[in-house]
Amino acid sequence: MAEKKTNRRDFLFTATYAVGAVGVGATVWPMIDQMNPDASVKALASTEVDVSSVSPGKTITVLWRGKPVFIRRRTNEEIAEAKAVKMEDLKHPEKDEDRAKNPEWLVMLGVCTHLGCVPLDQKGDYNGWFCPCHGSHYDTSGRIRKGPAPTNMEIPKYEFVDANTIKIG
Amino acid sequence: MSDHEYTPKSKVGKWFNDRLPLLTLANHLTEYPTPKNLNYWWTFGGILTFCLITQIVTGLVLAMHYIAHADMAFDSVEHIMRDVNYGWLIRYIHANGASMFFLAVYIHIFRSLFYGSYKAPREIIWIIGIIIYLLMMAAAFMGYVLPWGQMSFWGATVITNLFSAIPLIGEGIVTWLWGGYSVDNPTLTRFFTLHYLIPFLILGLVVLHIWALHVPGNNNPVGIDIKKPSKDTVPFHPYIVIKDGFALLMFMIVFAFFVFYTPNILGHADNYIEANPLVTPAHIVPEWYLLPFYAILRSVPDKLLGVVAMLSAILILAALPWLDTSKIRSAVFRPLYRQFYWILVADVLILGYVGAMPAEGLYLLIARIATAYYFLHFLVILPVLGFKEKTLPIPLSITEPILGGSPNLAAAKKKES
Amino acid sequence: MKNFFKALILSIFFISFQYNTNAAEKVEYLKTDWSFKGLFGKFDRGALQRGYQVYTEVCSSCHSMKYLSYRNLAEKGGPEFTEAQAKAIAASFEVKDGPNADGDMFTRPGKLSDKFIMPYENVQAAQAANGGAYPPDMSVLVKARGGGVDYIYSLLQGYEDPPVGVTLDDGVYYNKYMYGNKIKMANQLSDGLVEYNDGTSATVEQMSKDVTTFLMWAAEPHLESRHRMGFKAIVYLIILTVLVYFSMKRIWSRIETKI
Repeated sequence: MAEKKTNRRDFLFTATYAVGAVGVGATVWPMIDQMNPDASVKALASTEVDVSSVSPGKTITVLWRGKPVFIRRRTNEEIAEAKAVKMEDLKHPEKDEDRAKNPEWLVMLGVCTHLGCVPLDQKGDYNGWFCPCHGSHYDTSGRIRKGPAPTNMEIPKYEFVDANTIKIG
Repeated sequence: MSDHEYTPKSKVGKWFNDRLPLLTLANHLTEYPTPKNLNYWWTFGGILTFCLITQIVTGLVLAMHYIAHADMAFDSVEHIMRDVNYGWLIRYIHANGASMFFLAVYIHIFRSLFYGSYKAPREIIWIIGIIIYLLMMAAAFMGYVLPWGQMSFWGATVITNLFSAIPLIGEGIVTWLWGGYSVDNPTLTRFFTLHYLIPFLILGLVVLHIWALHVPGNNNPVGIDIKKPSKDTVPFHPYIVIKDGFALLMFMIVFAFFVFYTPNILGHADNYIEANPLVTPAHIVPEWYLLPFYAILRSVPDKLLGVVAMLSAILILAALPWLDTSKIRSAVFRPLYRQFYWILVADVLILGYVGAMPAEGLYLLIARIATAYYFLHFLVILPVLGFKEKTLPIPLSITEPILGGSPNLAAAKKKES
Repeated sequence: MKNFFKALILSIFFISFQYNTNAAEKVEYLKTDWSFKGLFGKFDRGALQRGYQVYTEVCSSCHSMKYLSYRNLAEKGGPEFTEAQAKAIAASFEVKDGPNADGDMFTRPGKLSDKFIMPYENVQAAQAANGGAYPPDMSVLVKARGGGVDYIYSLLQGYEDPPVGVTLDDGVYYNKYMYGNKIKMANQLSDGLVEYNDGTSATVEQMSKDVTTFLMWAAEPHLESRHRMGFKAIVYLIILTVLVYFSMKRIWSRIETKI
């Protein structure tokens, strides 16, 4: 009899605690989620870039979703250099063909994958980019070759709307 | 603070507690002997703590998205309402939370008035409470300015202009408050800063309020001193915690109803119109919780005296422990005071009502009579009553009426008389 | 405890009462049943889509809605146009953008992320074009008027010939629901003014209801999720309250005191 009573009491208290905990969780979530990107940020439109004025061997930097995007019109030497690299030499193996659909144009997020600095153009040991913050060297395909960065620079979603216009995002 | 020495059982606990006695504090708070006859009016202290924390948490969240600039404030509020994840929910909780906070604080204050909780030895608790109440009004007023709607702007203009009533330096003070020649961007940014600061001041004062409470312990519906711990008390945890929790949930149901189903009923439509310094809304009305004082302000035909009357109406409360000369705390044993108490409640409600009405004709007359009575109550009735009133005999302990067969105080009182 | 609840309820009534008495002099508004009122109120999608049509074809030539974006039209709880429809709607407007690489402003078709285009460059231009009266932005108009939806709904149908003895200046019209009865907006709606795609007949009453529903959504875009969440929250709170009540009874039964 006594035991039964204890059980029932335990059940009541456990249920109260459990239901209360659910409520606390449900209350905390909005307070956390409010810091996630809001609807206006998520809806940010893609950026269209006119690249007709970029001559071979030049890079332009455009702002997309608050970050720099490098658009480089590569020279034939650079393309050849990028294609010649053996996969086993790469820390993060990716073929150049996969990174630049149109080999003349390399479109990538200009953010070092180490800690987010913006690498410098045509610097470093591999004629690509060099990150001044902690010394990461990228090649002409934006792949990491030397230094602390773990992966190649990211390729955003983009497409050629026409021969002179790239739509990023 | 503690009634008995507390030693943690574990070695680590003891080591820690010897250096920082947090465990002693926790033990004090759980064991704190509380009169067992507290009724539901006593749950509003806990409810108010909940309100304060809710306002601080939702306020912090809003501050992450709000922009304190005259050109962008209104837009940023709409941004919160439309785009920020759960922004509408958090803003509506914050806006209605202010009203719920005041609802709770008024119940808390009137409970204190009924049961004489402000009397010796609890004067300091009471005075800290009045300061908290003043700060709440300041915070609420400045918070109302932040959305930069028409009511924000004109409310700020009217209230800051109260200071111009001060002779000689008044105009200078108003210009100083504004940071310009009218309510404008500098006013908004400083109001935002202060609105952010004040809740933390309140939080600090709440700690003092509770500390001061824990020295003599709670008053109770019978209003007599109790030995603690004794048969008359129960430990705060779990008895009072669960009871406060129950009352808090009831309160939250009401709160939720406002937030989810009538979130704008306590606000004013004009505040959804962006501030315009060229056009004043047809009816300027403060938020409901300030209406009684607004009525007092308007009932005096002189600018300076109106402001003085309004301020005195609040500050007079701080002198209450000495204005009330009766030795008996609880109105349960003060038949005459009980009548006057309810008249005062009605008086304040009437003041609130006429505060929302145009200040003319009959409304103005009612406001004047009600204002006069308000001061009469505190300055004449209360001091005289203490000497004239024939009080009922009070029980020796709070268990006595209970042992007498009924926990019901009214019945117990009947038995006494 | 009984007294406690009585007093609580009384004080709430008192507060609500005060707000109702605020606009004591108000006239009786026209009544209609709004689908979005009540515990489970939801918007009528058809009315929202038709209301958007009325807004675009009639109101938007003078009234801006600066807080709305075209993407909102496809969002849940709103008119719920399909994404493709919303994109097409956006693209049908010319949006000013820029400056481009040459430093010039240019126009392009609208995108989902664009805000509704404004009929005027600024408030002054709007005033100049409307005889000195600024056609208010309609994003939060419903919440910015004391009578809310009933007021807007009535106002749109409240145009009358002025009573004898009331003289109106040029460009001022008589409206029985307007504060002061004088309004600078002429009667805009007439039967058959727009042609609804869904075959609903475009009476003045129907258009008023549709556009008011649309304005309500514009002012309160999260109304549906608010109602849904509110119901859940209150049911949850009641369940927890009951549990806590019995827990409290149990705990207090350890001592011989009633609560």
